[in-house]
Amino acid sequence: MGDLFINFFSNPVPMEAYLGVSLIMFFAGVYGFLSRKSLLMILVSIELMLNAADINFVVFNRYLYPGQMEGFFFTLFAIAIAACETAVAIAIIINIYRNLTSVEVGELDEMKE
Amino acid sequence: MQYTLLIVLLPLISFIVLGLMDSKWKPQVAGIIGATVLGIITLLSYITAFEYFSFHKINGVYEKLIPMHVEWIRFTQYLHIDLGILLDPISVMMLVVITTVSLMVNIYSLSYMHGEKGFQRYYAFLSLFTFSMLGLVVATNIFQMYLFWELVGVSSYLLIGFYYTKPSAVAASKKAFIVTRFADLGFLVGILFLSFYTKTFDFGVLTSGNASVFASTTGVSFMGLSVMSWAMGLIFIGGAGKSAMFPLHIWLPDAMEGPTPVSALIHAATMVVAGVYLVARLFPVYEVYAPDVLHGIAYVGAFTSLFAAVIACVQTDIKRVLAFSTISQIGFMMVALGVSGYGSHEGLGYMASMFHLFTHAMFKALLFLGAGSVIHAVHSNEMNHMGGLRKYMPITNWTFLIACLAIAGIPPFSGFFSKDEILSACYEFSPYMGGVMTFIAGLTAFYMFRLYFNIFWGKEHKHAHTPHESPFAMAFPLVFLACVTVVAGFIPFGHFVTSDLANYDIHLDYTVAGISVGVAILSIALATIMYRKESEVPKKLATTFAGLHKAASSRFYVDEVYIFITKKIIFNLISTPIAWFDRHIIDATMDGFGGVTQWTSSRIKSFQSGQVQQYAYVFLLGTLFIAALVYFIH
Repeated sequence: MGDLFINFFSNPVPMEAYLGVSLIMFFAGVYGFLSRKSLLMILVSIELMLNAADINFVVFNRYLYPGQMEGFFFTLFAIAIAACETAVAIAIIINIYRNLTSVEVGELDEMKE
Repeated sequence: MQYTLLIVLLPLISFIVLGLMDSKWKPQVAGIIGATVLGIITLLSYITAFEYFSFHKINGVYEKLIPMHVEWIRFTQYLHIDLGILLDPISVMMLVVITTVSLMVNIYSLSYMHGEKGFQRYYAFLSLFTFSMLGLVVATNIFQMYLFWELVGVSSYLLIGFYYTKPSAVAASKKAFIVTRFADLGFLVGILFLSFYTKTFDFGVLTSGNASVFASTTGVSFMGLSVMSWAMGLIFIGGAGKSAMFPLHIWLPDAMEGPTPVSALIHAATMVVAGVYLVARLFPVYEVYAPDVLHGIAYVGAFTSLFAAVIACVQTDIKRVLAFSTISQIGFMMVALGVSGYGSHEGLGYMASMFHLFTHAMFKALLFLGAGSVIHAVHSNEMNHMGGLRKYMPITNWTFLIACLAIAGIPPFSGFFSKDEILSACYEFSPYMGGVMTFIAGLTAFYMFRLYFNIFWGKEHKHAHTPHESPFAMAFPLVFLACVTVVAGFIPFGHFVTSDLANYDIHLDYTVAGISVGVAILSIALATIMYRKESEVPKKLATTFAGLHKAASSRFYVDEVYIFITKKIIFNLISTPIAWFDRHIIDATMDGFGGVTQWTSSRIKSFQSGQVQQYAYVFLLGTLFIAALVYFIH
């Protein structure tokens, strides 16, 4: 039991495992983006995709260029920008709700013609 | 003499103020403002004339003064358009003529146009016209003249079409504008020709007698005529259009649709002599560099004069008679210029032409205002509706008679002196020319007295209400102009205006004077017999010369020829095919582009559903496709 524990922590997690997680997160986001009807849920899906990309940044930095920090900082940037983007998106959604009393994405086709 | 600038600018200000204040003021206020401004500038013009003719003579020759001159637009070293004021004997004389007649017309209109709709507009346009005409005569260069030339054209158009609810007035205003504009095309091309070779627009340089200015024109010719002949001939076409020379005269009789005071001002005294003024302005150039054109001008003038005089004998609308008489008299002025030479005695024709311009402006304005007074009384332009008016309108009768005697050339009225000088100049040019012009002078006397007797004598027409003499505001200009007509002949005109700016003493040529007075008296006697009392003679004559009478009444079918050329030839053979090409080839191509675009867009419209998720789905598929492609290609 103790060996297993030590083994588990002493052998580093392979890079593929991390990438597998981010892949699953990303496609979960894509699926959510395409299938959900509520704007809020679509926003959540977008966050999911963004975070998957962030994980990729960190992983590639940690495994391929261990001595450098660009990937980490890029991730921090991306998180900050994602926060801003969420704020804007929610503001837009609130305005849409005020005008249409609905947050269904299918109803937002007023500007088609 | 800086104040001469005010003479030009005050009417402009008055136009702007009256135009902007259109309906905010009472009509009478607008009229009084217009007339006051005119009064001021008339006074200024008299002061200018007095000062110029008294103090600006050096060694017996008048100076050319330029009290104001600015460069307005500069294109290149040679091509620049200037604005300025040029004072020389003819421009000073024109200032006096224009302001005097304009003032009289402004006063007259206070009463004549009283109660008309658009009274303020009328006064605004009168001011605009006065401004443009004054700007034209004081122009320092040919381009400034051209600018104001177009401005007088526009104001004439506006005033002819003053009664814009009347279709005939609208048609007449369009006709006047188009015909003169067409002639002005010739003027413009002529200006460009002239200035291309001489490198200047300036009258001072052109008429200085400096041969080096024209050095580059020697030896240049086109189709057998020298380039100067072309340039000056084209410029004369512009003058012929404004001065209603044959065959561009057709607009003037129709222009009588405008209010009568306007006819007196624009279509008798001032604007229509602009062509004569133009030729006089460029006279030294014509005389030296294009003598063939100058002779052409003489023949055109003589023919027009004869042609219009014959038509005037059979017209029944009193304003049309006066219109044709105007054309005929302008013909006289043109002939005088055409036969003139340069220098003291040689330049007799030039002096005579300017003299006649001066006296004619006064007595023809008087005739028109008198006619207006008659029309005001009987509410008709037709001779048949008049007759026997002398009892009801004594002032109009007497002033009209004075003007008729003046135009007929009876001494001591002004027309006699100026016409006599013209005839002397013609006899010196050639006896035939003199004879023809004397005959026309006889015709003039005949048709004017036909007019006079038909209006004031003859059988009385039954009037709806008794005709009455005109009020003071209308009678005053008549009396004033009649006084001028009586005394103007005694002005020693040769001391003021001559071709070489030097003194010239007018000598009456007693043979010529005797002949012309004799012919005039004979013609008047003939008219008296035929028209003083109702008689059968005119009718008999009309049936004897039925062909001539009919042709002359229809103005020798010139209008019909124009209609034929424009409608049948130009419209059918040129305009219609071009219109077809435009509609079926050019428009069709453009419509085709539009149609194809519309068709395509209607096909692909459904792509833009507005559904964000649909777009994202397509986007995703595209990305996957490209990813797969990259993967398999590697």
